[in-house]
Amino acid sequence: MSFYIYLLAMAGVTYLIRMLPLVLVKNKIENKFILSFLHYIPYSVLTVMTIPAVFSSTGNIYSGLIGFIVALCLAYNKKGLLLTSVLASIAALITELII
Amino acid sequence: MKNNFTRGITDGIPIALGYLSVSFAFGIFAVSSGISPLHTLLISMTNLTSAGQLAAVPIIASGGTVLELILSQLVINLRYALMSVSLSQKLDKTISLLDRFLIAFGNTDEVFAVASSYKSVSRNYMFGLILAPYIGWSFGTLLGALAGNILPAVLISALGIMIYGMFIAIVVPVAREEKPVLWCVIISAVLSLSFNFLPILKEIPSGFIIIICALIASAVMAAVSPIKEETA
Repeated sequence: MSFYIYLLAMAGVTYLIRMLPLVLVKNKIENKFILSFLHYIPYSVLTVMTIPAVFSSTGNIYSGLIGFIVALCLAYNKKGLLLTSVLASIAALITELII
Repeated sequence: MKNNFTRGITDGIPIALGYLSVSFAFGIFAVSSGISPLHTLLISMTNLTSAGQLAAVPIIASGGTVLELILSQLVINLRYALMSVSLSQKLDKTISLLDRFLIAFGNTDEVFAVASSYKSVSRNYMFGLILAPYIGWSFGTLLGALAGNILPAVLISALGIMIYGMFIAIVVPVAREEKPVLWCVIISAVLSLSFNFLPILKEIPSGFIIIICALIASAVMAAVSPIKEETA
């Protein structure tokens, strides 16, 4: 099987999934349930993607846990995306160097 | 702050940095599975999605069927359809139909997450927001594919948490201010843990788990605590 058939298939499917809703849904949605649903979607998707994957995102579960707690504290105090993610990473790195 | 190109670039840089480590790992993984560095780079430049690409590698490397490949991408990436519907409500009047075709290509989890933190987004902001992550994703893949082990392994593994640090930094401040969002996060987390660790449920492919949990949590909260008009 040619690689380029695979490439076309996967890129095509992924693009269509992203493109069709963005191009087809052009009007402002009025339905209150759907609006509320869409309001919650980013937070639920991000939470599901983060938990439990964050705990296995580093070398071991301890550094993942420490990094998670550090990120949680910084985020709670609104320290911004870059600072939160960099310091979580550094905390995980220090934990891995110690353990 | 203005919703312009510069702001987009600024917001995109942390995403790009996070992508470097993930795409670097993808590059190493794909080449070690037997895909050439050029093909590995092409996959990243045309797909721009972490989980989907990771799932595709074993299928391509083992000469699997195209149907299998398409189904895997459909399941894992279907969450983008939800995100694109949600993003469609944020696009302001500066965005044309052609722009929508272009922006759709760059609507990754992280780009969507950052765009979601604004009430509305402009054309130039979205292009700025997508540019740095696209370069970071492609460049990181190339580095991983070519060089294998430039960075010490311990550093690469610590960088793996950056993406999640970003997610947390997006969700937590809102959950702190809005109680319904906090509940949404709690329900999502409990569902996700259940689907990952309970017997039978954990057999479900991860792409489905994301969709199922997000649909349930958001639908429950939309029914229990509908938003007020002005926050929409």
